[in-house]
Amino acid sequence: MATGMSIAGRGLARRFGPRWALAGLDVDIAPGELIGLTGPNGSGKSTLLRLLATALRADAGWLKLDGQDAWGERSELRPAIALASHATGLWDDLSAAENLGVWARMSGVAPDVIAQLRRVGLDPDRRDPIRTFSAGMKRRLALARLFLRRPRLALLDEPSTALDVNGRFLVRGLIEELISSGTTVVVATHHREELDGASVRWMALQDGRAA
Amino acid sequence: MTGLFGVLRREALLEWRRPGRWSSLVFFSAAVVLLVAFASPSEAALREQAGGTFWVAILLASTRAVDQAWQVDLENGALEALVLWPVEPAVLFYAKVLALTATLTTVALATGPLILGMYDAPLRGDVGTLLLLLVTGCAGLAAPATLLGAMTAQARGASVLLPLLLFPLVVPALLAAAKGTSVLLEGDPMGQAPAWLGILVTFTALHWSLGGLLFGRIVEDG
Repeated sequence: MATGMSIAGRGLARRFGPRWALAGLDVDIAPGELIGLTGPNGSGKSTLLRLLATALRADAGWLKLDGQDAWGERSELRPAIALASHATGLWDDLSAAENLGVWARMSGVAPDVIAQLRRVGLDPDRRDPIRTFSAGMKRRLALARLFLRRPRLALLDEPSTALDVNGRFLVRGLIEELISSGTTVVVATHHREELDGASVRWMALQDGRAA
Repeated sequence: MTGLFGVLRREALLEWRRPGRWSSLVFFSAAVVLLVAFASPSEAALREQAGGTFWVAILLASTRAVDQAWQVDLENGALEALVLWPVEPAVLFYAKVLALTATLTTVALATGPLILGMYDAPLRGDVGTLLLLLVTGCAGLAAPATLLGAMTAQARGASVLLPLLLFPLVVPALLAAAKGTSVLLEGDPMGQAPAWLGILVTFTALHWSLGGLLFGRIVEDG
């Protein structure tokens, strides 16, 4: 069972041009915790997730993951972090299996592509480029990519976007699987009911601060 | 090394799935060669310009190739996902440079016969040395083009910005490649080709090293 990553941050701030997307946020998340991140559009949810993923550097404040400086030690931390953002990170010219195979091989993982595709409800025999896929199917594939590695910190940015009812159940199942394996999970969502019944701690953001 | 092979496989797959990209680059460089031929004042001038025209065509094609190569990774946020995936930035850089070198070499091999035929410039020098010059020249252009492509890809007016930054930087490589090609076409009576090749190798080694060091800083935030 993987041990989840601990997160501690103080005064986190990040600016895009003249606008502060995060404006002095404190974060404390225990290993294995499930955090639901809510707030209106533009409140800083995605920016916080990208900071936690070490995709962005904070303009002010500090962030420690497992007690290590998130930006300074990002090369060591990144293999244990998985981010499913709005962008799928997929290549439209490749098939679903090729996309997953490419991601798996780049990290030296033996690709169990067929199992991963079945897991997210996609047909492993489909050979056409994913540019013919619906937005929901691409979202499912992006989620499958997340599970190619065993993350200790999973960051999901509105994972149910574009998904049908079955897809929402799938996301719920994947989150439960992550939690039961000890992974720390942070989910940004506009729909609290998505995490109903789960042992979730909610964090609300407003204008880049804790609401 | 596993990472490098994985990233190289990705580059190969993406190229394989977009065959139109290669043909458009070949037609683009062929168009440059043809236009210069039409604009040339005499056949003698045409012969003298053959080496230079050839490399200008490859350089112009490289800007199109780099634009397209980065666009593919920006479309669905794949570049950020790649940076966050446990793959060294230097590995990403060298895979991209190798892929671009292969693309440019293919374009050069397709454009070469056109130059030999249309510019009435029969090859009198050593074919092996010319091929070595060709591959080294393409590799020399590929490294700075890839690095600058990463810098400009997300900027407004990227297609203008890239040539503005790239062209002055690659003047030494362009000069060495064009001069080396010209002397080889003429049979290299003074034995100058190895010297031009040496300059090209030095330029290529410098930019491959610098690119590997700087690429991480360019694609990372901050």
